Amino acid sequence: MEFNAELVKLLLDGLWDTLIMVIVSTTLGYALGLPLGVILTITDKDGISPHPLVYKIMDIVVNILRSIPFLILLIMLIPFTKAVVGQSYGTAGTIVPLTVAAAPFIARLVESSLKEVDKGVIEAAQSMGANKRTIILKVLIGEARTGLLVGITISLGTILGYSAMAGVVGGGGLGDIAIRYGYYRWETGTMLVTVAVLVVLMQILQGIGNFLSKKVDRR
Amino acid sequence: MEVIKVEHLAKSFDTAEQKVHAVRDISFSVEKGEIFGVIGLSGAGKSTLVRCLNLLERPDAGAVYVDGKNLMELNKNELMLARREISMIFQNYNLLMQRSVLDNVGFPLEIAGVSKSEARKQALHYLETVGLKEKANAFPAQLSGGQKQRVAIARALAAKPKIILCDEATSALDPETTDTILNLLSRINKEYGITIILITHEMRVVEEICNRVAVLDGGKIAEMGNTKEVFDNPKTLAAKRLLINRQSEKALMGLDDEEVSNGI
Repeated sequence: MEFNAELVKLLLDGLWDTLIMVIVSTTLGYALGLPLGVILTITDKDGISPHPLVYKIMDIVVNILRSIPFLILLIMLIPFTKAVVGQSYGTAGTIVPLTVAAAPFIARLVESSLKEVDKGVIEAAQSMGANKRTIILKVLIGEARTGLLVGITISLGTILGYSAMAGVVGGGGLGDIAIRYGYYRWETGTMLVTVAVLVVLMQILQGIGNFLSKKVDRR
Repeated sequence: MEVIKVEHLAKSFDTAEQKVHAVRDISFSVEKGEIFGVIGLSGAGKSTLVRCLNLLERPDAGAVYVDGKNLMELNKNELMLARREISMIFQNYNLLMQRSVLDNVGFPLEIAGVSKSEARKQALHYLETVGLKEKANAFPAQLSGGQKQRVAIARALAAKPKIILCDEATSALDPETTDTILNLLSRINKEYGITIILITHEMRVVEEICNRVAVLDGGKIAEMGNTKEVFDNPKTLAAKRLLINRQSEKALMGLDDEEVSNGI
């Protein structure tokens, strides 16, 4: 394929699909992963609501989900995906397994950021008579916001990587284009251009992430 | 009138090797408006004791009465409300690093449900009290240790407490800054009538501002009484040991022997 209008359209469509998949899955991933990460933090033995059984169960579930390679998860989840969005293919069909893969990963990132918060500051809030909700929102999340933002950047990057495998279920996106044209059709030029777009996309995401996390950090 | 009364307090911790009795059978009471010192060498149980006073550490046994209410008998919500009358300041300041000085001071008010604008207004007043109004929009990372502790004191005041607990509040500060903080604490004690309980390993802190002192040793009160009496005429080994430390300090600072032996 030559570098022409057709290729540009192909790449733009791919870019759009990728952005939709990555952004929607990461957002949904956080909707699940943020509360999970909070629960992992507060139910751990040094947390503000220690609960060994809840912690252990969540810990194991998160580990199991994280140990399944994404490609396998994608296939294993086909019936579930069908039940949720009515189809197991296309962009919508990819968002479901991406979210399932993202949530436990995000939960761990959130957990590690929240556990960085100085225990003394949490104790100070407790001594002021703060309830758990206030401690979670204003102390844990408020104080860990830099780490949480770095986590969002890492998540976007990781999901971007996973989304390349979406082609297996016809999910589209840049990764799919790179594999179809580059690997199956031996169109090295197209593959390289697609990869270049992915590289630029990753740089932009990382740049924005770094900028924001620096900007909000007051330490 | 006693504002806080502790009866037969005990707390132990299980470590891998043994059971550590950090606090054993401690009883004392503090009158309203007093500055009460608890002094002891490290490991004497001071930190555990102070954390038991607002139940940050739940005692294994005993009772803590604040204004006649036994904190041990309160449910979670009641305890939360009770804690709002007992402020605490710490050796490491424990300020929120991502919040401005003003919002740190306003934090206890936010916790109590005061609106953010009202909290800021009141916070500014307390910053003025500690002489840091011009730092309202700074962040803790930009302040010196002494300034951070003054912010922590403003934050403690903002809760309008009956009692302020000081856990080694001056131990991370140099002697001059320590004096500034002690002056501030004693001013607050007089102006607001707030009772202060001060935990320290520094003799001079107690000498400077405490009306009464308890000497803690091995999780027990070895000796308790009027500060001057205890320091001038220590009866127990634990108190004498603390005095010896002080005397060697003074000797190093170049005071002559006679002054030291007179206990000046």
